[in-house]
Amino acid sequence: MLQSAGSDLGRRRVVVTGMGMVTPLGLGTEHVWKRLIAGESGIDRIHAFDPSELAAHVAGEVPEGPTAEGKLTVSDWIPVKDQKKMDRFIHLGMIAAAEAVEDSGWKPESEEDRCATGVMIGSGIGGLQTIYEASITVYEGKARRLSPFFIPSALTNLVSGNVSIRYGFKGPNHSAVTACATGVHAIGDAARLIMLGDADVMVAGGAEATVCKLGIAGFCSARALSTSFNETPQRASRPWDRDRDGFVMGEGAGIVVLEEYEHAKARGAKIYGEIVGYGMSGDAHHITAPAEGHEGAYRAMNSALKSAGVTPGDVGYVNAHGTSTMADDLELVAVERLFGDDAGKLAMSSTKSAIGHLLGAAGAVEAMFSMLAIRDNVVPPTLNLDNPSRESAIDRVAHHAQERNVKVALSNSFGFGGTNASIVVRGV
Amino acid sequence: MSEIADKVKKIVVEHLGVEESKVTPEASFIDDLGADSLDTVELVMAFEEAFNVEIPEDAAEKIATVKDAIDYIEAQKKAA
Repeated sequence: MLQSAGSDLGRRRVVVTGMGMVTPLGLGTEHVWKRLIAGESGIDRIHAFDPSELAAHVAGEVPEGPTAEGKLTVSDWIPVKDQKKMDRFIHLGMIAAAEAVEDSGWKPESEEDRCATGVMIGSGIGGLQTIYEASITVYEGKARRLSPFFIPSALTNLVSGNVSIRYGFKGPNHSAVTACATGVHAIGDAARLIMLGDADVMVAGGAEATVCKLGIAGFCSARALSTSFNETPQRASRPWDRDRDGFVMGEGAGIVVLEEYEHAKARGAKIYGEIVGYGMSGDAHHITAPAEGHEGAYRAMNSALKSAGVTPGDVGYVNAHGTSTMADDLELVAVERLFGDDAGKLAMSSTKSAIGHLLGAAGAVEAMFSMLAIRDNVVPPTLNLDNPSRESAIDRVAHHAQERNVKVALSNSFGFGGTNASIVVRGV
Repeated sequence: MSEIADKVKKIVVEHLGVEESKVTPEASFIDDLGADSLDTVELVMAFEEAFNVEIPEDAAEKIATVKDAIDYIEAQKKAA
């Protein structure tokens, strides 16, 4: 017989006990966070391929180099023979997951604990470069020579699959795919799985690696990328600035270990903070453009605050979606409308100014930044915000990080297709 | 060891990431060298490419050890 709906809902609290991050500012959550707060940028001219025939020449790529310097050496994490079975987005996801799992200290030994530990790591696009290369093989008449690893290398849910295999996590194995909102949806949905009792621990987040010719060319054709700052890459991502002219593609992964509060407490785990609210909406308007007044964003944020049981006045920091496109001001208007008289007390920044737009990984990395802002009482800056195109009572933390006593933070992610997701976090 | 055997061994080492010393003629790709079914598909493709031979699916299914591969390729080369 069905139990009365809602009797246990919301009773199980969900906290973050592990973090892992691979971004254009390097590898390792603390390393990336330190550089972000210092106002450094990870944007540069594209190295992965020669971009000269395209309009956009800049991106945020994960820096290659020694692991000890916070840079990427894939072989330190994934055996060479396994690397070719995985697209780069899976490499980056596996590396961020390794950091998060290690950081959490959660190593389930019993079958019961393994089955209570799940994975929900998404990607906005999946293995784009792998699909591109396989297409060439087929085009050249060598379809029979297509690698048997092509499909599992390209599939979006294969970060979740590979992570579960590596660590023996036998709980729910799932993957969100909602373009640029993927990271928030993955963490929000995974938190709900824990709240509902489907799992006690979830490894959740997003991974993306689309700084490839097909990816950049596609977003160029959609007129979505910045093209006016090819000679000055670090100035290209400039949310809310009047000279912004498109987003800057980034790559990377952000993974958290989510855990039921009592479960985390019982094992003495380090707790970064709590996922207290989650809201979602659809624009039902246009495939790439937000609706008037970004009312979908407004509804997602409003619903996230409601589910958290907090009022706008409680929120000290918003990590904006803020992609450095025309839509920035629409989000600003929606936030102003939601916060009303409390807007003047609010700090809101876009960390995409420093790392670019990590698409399906963006929301996960940014939710972590929001949690670290609460932990350290410091909010990260919006780089390149020289001349806001729209004045606002909201402090957008131009150029330099600010010390702020933040108790509750909100992080926004919006994706093509008119999908919006907001998440609310607070300290424990 | 024949030229073919040397080349087969090299391909196995490269694709499966195993120590050269483990690639004995009797070694089974799956039981001894850590390959899974997809690895063996890829290995057969690599043999086809390297030796310019066609290995049909029913023949490929019977190639379980390093020696099986060497024997099959040598026979194909002799017949050609």
